[in-house]
Amino acid sequence: MRTFVPQLVQRGREPRWLAPLLVVVAVALVYVATAAPIRAAGANPAAAYERYVFTPLTSTSSLTEVLLAATPILFTGLAVAVAFRSGYYNIGAEGQFLAGAVGASFAGLYLPDLPGPLAVPVALLLGAAAGVAWALLPALLRVNFRIDEVVTTLLLNPVALLGVQGLLNGPWRNTGSGFPVTDDFGAGYEMPPAAPGARVHLGLVIAVVIAVVIWVVLARTATGLRVRAVGLSPAAAGFSGVGVNRVLFGSALVSGGIAGLGGASQVLGVGQQLTNEVSGGYGYTGIVVATLGALSAVGVVLVALLLGDITVGAQNASLVLQLPPQMGDIIAASLLLAVVSVLVLRRYKFRLRPGRFTGEQAS
Amino acid sequence: MELAYLALVGAMLTIATPLVLAALGELICERAGLLNLGIEGTMYAGAFGGFLVAIESGSAWTGLVAALGIGLLAGLFVGMLAIGLGVNQHVAGIGTTLLLIACCDFINRLKYGAGSVPKVEKFQQLFADIPLASQYLLTYLTFLVIAPVVFVVLRSTGFGLRLRAVGENPEAADAAGVSVAATRYAAMAVGGMLMAAGGAFLTLAILGSFTLNITNGRGWVCIALVIFARWRVVAAVLGGLLFAFVDALQLQLVITPEFSGVPREVMIALPYVVVIGALALSGRNLTYPGAYLQPYRRS
Repeated sequence: MRTFVPQLVQRGREPRWLAPLLVVVAVALVYVATAAPIRAAGANPAAAYERYVFTPLTSTSSLTEVLLAATPILFTGLAVAVAFRSGYYNIGAEGQFLAGAVGASFAGLYLPDLPGPLAVPVALLLGAAAGVAWALLPALLRVNFRIDEVVTTLLLNPVALLGVQGLLNGPWRNTGSGFPVTDDFGAGYEMPPAAPGARVHLGLVIAVVIAVVIWVVLARTATGLRVRAVGLSPAAAGFSGVGVNRVLFGSALVSGGIAGLGGASQVLGVGQQLTNEVSGGYGYTGIVVATLGALSAVGVVLVALLLGDITVGAQNASLVLQLPPQMGDIIAASLLLAVVSVLVLRRYKFRLRPGRFTGEQAS
Repeated sequence: MELAYLALVGAMLTIATPLVLAALGELICERAGLLNLGIEGTMYAGAFGGFLVAIESGSAWTGLVAALGIGLLAGLFVGMLAIGLGVNQHVAGIGTTLLLIACCDFINRLKYGAGSVPKVEKFQQLFADIPLASQYLLTYLTFLVIAPVVFVVLRSTGFGLRLRAVGENPEAADAAGVSVAATRYAAMAVGGMLMAAGGAFLTLAILGSFTLNITNGRGWVCIALVIFARWRVVAAVLGGLLFAFVDALQLQLVITPEFSGVPREVMIALPYVVVIGALALSGRNLTYPGAYLQPYRRS
């Protein structure tokens, strides 16, 4: 009996249109997969997606909200991308972001009288330094003892959150209300708005500048070449004389610094006080942003804007359609999985081969 | 005083149960060559799903069975990504964890709003009057049945040999006629069930309810324990006991007057720090399973 056996065959070269087409397929998959829970919550999927994606883009005020929501995940996305690019799996951006927020709060609480032009830079520097410090131990363990950084960076995330909670329930508890939030920082610690009157703040500008710097360094400098070489093949890079451990160590610390700067920017830009909810998972969303952005600076910026859009849309949908805001997280996570899954397929082509099915698939 | 020590050891066994279950699950996955970072989400889904079904059905046992089913599906899902499609295992696992946690929180919000979550009729301890022996049946099962079975199966059965083979050298296993994909899927399925059972223990035995962020990084602790144990079953059980001992100790110290000045959060963070320290001290010159993180394709 003649049958046709489906099989995946590796492609020589992929056509240029394939990757964009597959991303569209992935988006369609996410839409189909999330339609059922949206219906279960009593909303119409098409109407919900209109809220998630388009409504936030329709007014200037909600557009600035999108930019505000994109700011922290732009920082963490860039932080993760820098590390992943060198093959250092820093999954601890969450903890480094929190450390950065604590660092900036330290300045805001103990040096309240610094004047504006000095206060914000000092707080941002302290935040970046705290992020670097939080990334230091896993990086040292990795380059000196080859201890898997995935585990150590992950384990430090709950520790950082506990640190924040400990400070807020202890020495930094609000002296007025007694709630677990810090006192307001000194007057100089408010991040200047990015545009007059907007809630978007200088943090966004800083993040975009960092993105540009990362792009230039990775694409145009010897350091960038070394980072990319180590990420692609540490053995080959090492053989051709690149100090692999130095590159890993460097990108780990830069990554921590960017995440810490993000935490500082968030705490100075929104509310000017430290709360338990200062992060709420931005570090983990950063992994989504970096991966979907293909670890490139431009990609990270675009994806951060998209997820910022969906975040604002999800808040809006939770008010108007009573859809729990966690739907935004579901969309982000399923988008990540769908895109990486279908993009793997571009290396293969599907064909039906005549023959009898024997269970043996030569590929 | 002696009673206090017995209470400490008893609490250690209870706290260690979910960790040992999930760590054994992770160990099985990693011995087959797969780092399953879906562990945190799988534990979370086991905790929430088990709790939800227990509330709806009125039986904690039904909840546990549901959690096992959820764990099976979660394991196969990560397997599909990492084995079937060959997606980067870090991304597949983290993505699954994020997705599962978001789904649980979404359903939790739909079901119970922002308000409080009901209590479930939780498992009862056996031998309630005897200090050390008053443990949940699941704790007895974990230490006296599941861990020994995992040990024996991995070490002395054909399946265990095949599982280790596909984790060490999939090419050789394939040449010897072992189905690499099927063996790895089986490992992910069993591993996922153990992780979800660990999660369900948190809601159905320890807490009797569900709170947001209930696993609080325990999955990551389990991954550290597996590395700390160098992928050996007995050492993983001991590692789980060590973490649980520090955790039980801090729970005791918090209510001890001499330590009343130490912030609670420092105490809660203590076991995590101990695990990192243990890794730092013991983690030199590790030999990872040969095919760790490597998807397998015939060439």
